[in-house]
Amino acid sequence: MGKTIGLPSTLTYYSYFPFWNKFFSALNYEVVASPASSKQIIDWGVKETVNDACIPIKLFHGHVIALRDKVDYLFIPRMVSVDGKATFCPKFLGLPDMVRASIDGLPEIIDQRIELKRNTHGLLATCYKIGAALKENYINIVNAYRKAYIAHFQYRSQLINGVLPGEILHDQTLNVRNSRTMGGINLAVLGYPYEVYDPYISVNLLQNLAAMKVNVWTAEMVPDAILAKYRYKLSKDLFWHYSNKVLWACYYYLKQPIDGIVHVSAFGCGPDSIVDKLMELETKAHNVPFITLTIDEHTGEAGVLTRLEAFVDMVSYRRERK
Amino acid sequence: MKVSFPHMGTSHIAFKHLIEHLGHEAVVPPNPSKRTLSLGVQHSPEFACIPFKILLGSYLEVLEQGTDMIISSGGVGPCRAGIYGLLHEKILKSLGYDFEMLIFEPPLRGVGDFISKIGRVIKPGGVGWIEFIRVFKITWKKLLALDETEILSHRIRPYEITKGETSRIFDQCLYLIDQAQTQGEIEEAKIESERKLNAIKQKEGYTPLKVGIIGEIYVVLEPFINLDIEKTFGEMGVETHRSIYLTDWTRDNTVFDGEKNIKKAAEPHLNQLIGGHGINSIGETILYAKNGFDGVVQLAPFTCIPEIVAKSILPEVSKKFNIPVMTIFLDEQTGKAGVQTRVEAFVDLLEHKRRGKGA
Repeated sequence: MGKTIGLPSTLTYYSYFPFWNKFFSALNYEVVASPASSKQIIDWGVKETVNDACIPIKLFHGHVIALRDKVDYLFIPRMVSVDGKATFCPKFLGLPDMVRASIDGLPEIIDQRIELKRNTHGLLATCYKIGAALKENYINIVNAYRKAYIAHFQYRSQLINGVLPGEILHDQTLNVRNSRTMGGINLAVLGYPYEVYDPYISVNLLQNLAAMKVNVWTAEMVPDAILAKYRYKLSKDLFWHYSNKVLWACYYYLKQPIDGIVHVSAFGCGPDSIVDKLMELETKAHNVPFITLTIDEHTGEAGVLTRLEAFVDMVSYRRERK
Repeated sequence: MKVSFPHMGTSHIAFKHLIEHLGHEAVVPPNPSKRTLSLGVQHSPEFACIPFKILLGSYLEVLEQGTDMIISSGGVGPCRAGIYGLLHEKILKSLGYDFEMLIFEPPLRGVGDFISKIGRVIKPGGVGWIEFIRVFKITWKKLLALDETEILSHRIRPYEITKGETSRIFDQCLYLIDQAQTQGEIEEAKIESERKLNAIKQKEGYTPLKVGIIGEIYVVLEPFINLDIEKTFGEMGVETHRSIYLTDWTRDNTVFDGEKNIKKAAEPHLNQLIGGHGINSIGETILYAKNGFDGVVQLAPFTCIPEIVAKSILPEVSKKFNIPVMTIFLDEQTGKAGVQTRVEAFVDLLEHKRRGKGA
């Protein structure tokens, strides 16, 4: 094995880790993902970031610190756009700069800008730039890219089949249910993947729902092509990639036999102030129960659980009466 | 038709002129007040930034007066403000108001859309395109006159001998400009305003501290939200220079790009457009430092994404260019006394720093 490359396991981790993992492994790098989010990691992050940042950004800084002394390179791509239209949240756009300005003693950062137009070849060109910066030759890069692309494709189809990222990435058994044949209540749990799938900041949301025998449906279980159909519900797209996904998934699930929608949102999240209000107005118009769970570094599991239980009770009561 | 628009600094004087000369009745939004804010807060998402809440509040106030059409601007992102018009409309409609919302996107994004929307405004008033362009040019002159007068007032305020005199005279100047109707009258009003301001008795042989004001456009422009920070500085004898005026904002974003220098300065620290005025805040701080300013104040609404990114990077810039930077995040809870205390402490620090340099 060659040199080590560190990937913080938050933010785009839940969407693209299999891709980058395969890509760098195929180039003979040892990929080190930071450990799962924990009190220690969030504390490190809170210490280094400005107080106004949202919890995902603070958490990201914590993950960077967890990797800082263990790797030769840190991979923090500047995620600008993956479909040529929507960009990521401005905090993603400025992420490498924020990390550099806030944390000392960093290893070399690979901060390649990822700004794809609509064709996929843009991604190959971007991967080539990353590989070239690591002094790899063209053939190796193309091979690694091909493998990575297959890995990503497999990962996406697993997600669409209802497997959760944690089960694939961490080999956890979450026992989260999402089959309509099992009966029970169906809830769409919508939010950014780094909030919904991170058991630490979502305070075990998915596990708790599983314990309540609720079928969980997330935005990642809907194929992109189906989501894209809902873009014309608004006269203007939102500007942010993940926000569009959440909102379109909300519109999609409102057309399905769903009992309620749970929106997971970070305290002070800029894009979510818009997404949440739009979801609230839309669910109200469809007469579907809706709850927003706001999470931050002080969120306690008991508080969230109480609200969740009340919501599930209300939804089941409503269903019985129908 | 009764037409209204957002309140932003002194610009309502020019927009009122535009609407009235297009054959409509202009409903001028009242100066934002506690009432505006509490109306807005009631119906806004909790984490929307304060410009959103103020705008929603003023829309509610003008709708009470029977407004038929609200004109606002869109945007291309990734700052949230570009979506605000759409969300405002949805919220107001869900509250049962019946009106038309016209959101102007930057013309370069879709010329056809831009032109048809102008058509929506001028046709009901029976105004032709040539007349529209003539009126628009005069409105632009008015905006320029307003901004230039305001720039002058901020330059003179730190030297005033009688406290509050500049602000009093400035209000008179606004009235003069408001009354002017033709190009000639606007020019006269501007000259008269300059004369009035220059006639204010000023201290001699005094070199005030110079502070640059940077940050998000709406909170920088609207004194109600930033708690009159420029006046506060001015009356403490500190000269402020504001990085944004509506006239250069409109010029930069709609037609051409005149901010190359700011972006170039910011490049080593933030090499990516992040929406809003994020990159400007970095670039302008550096330019202020290079132009001998004593300090910089960053104003931003609470939860403003681009400014949070800028704030994270500013300490590095502040250290490298040796210029103190104070960030003030503003929301509906911000109190004047708190800001005043921080401003006083900041000015003390700047004075101390200057004396240290001299010794």
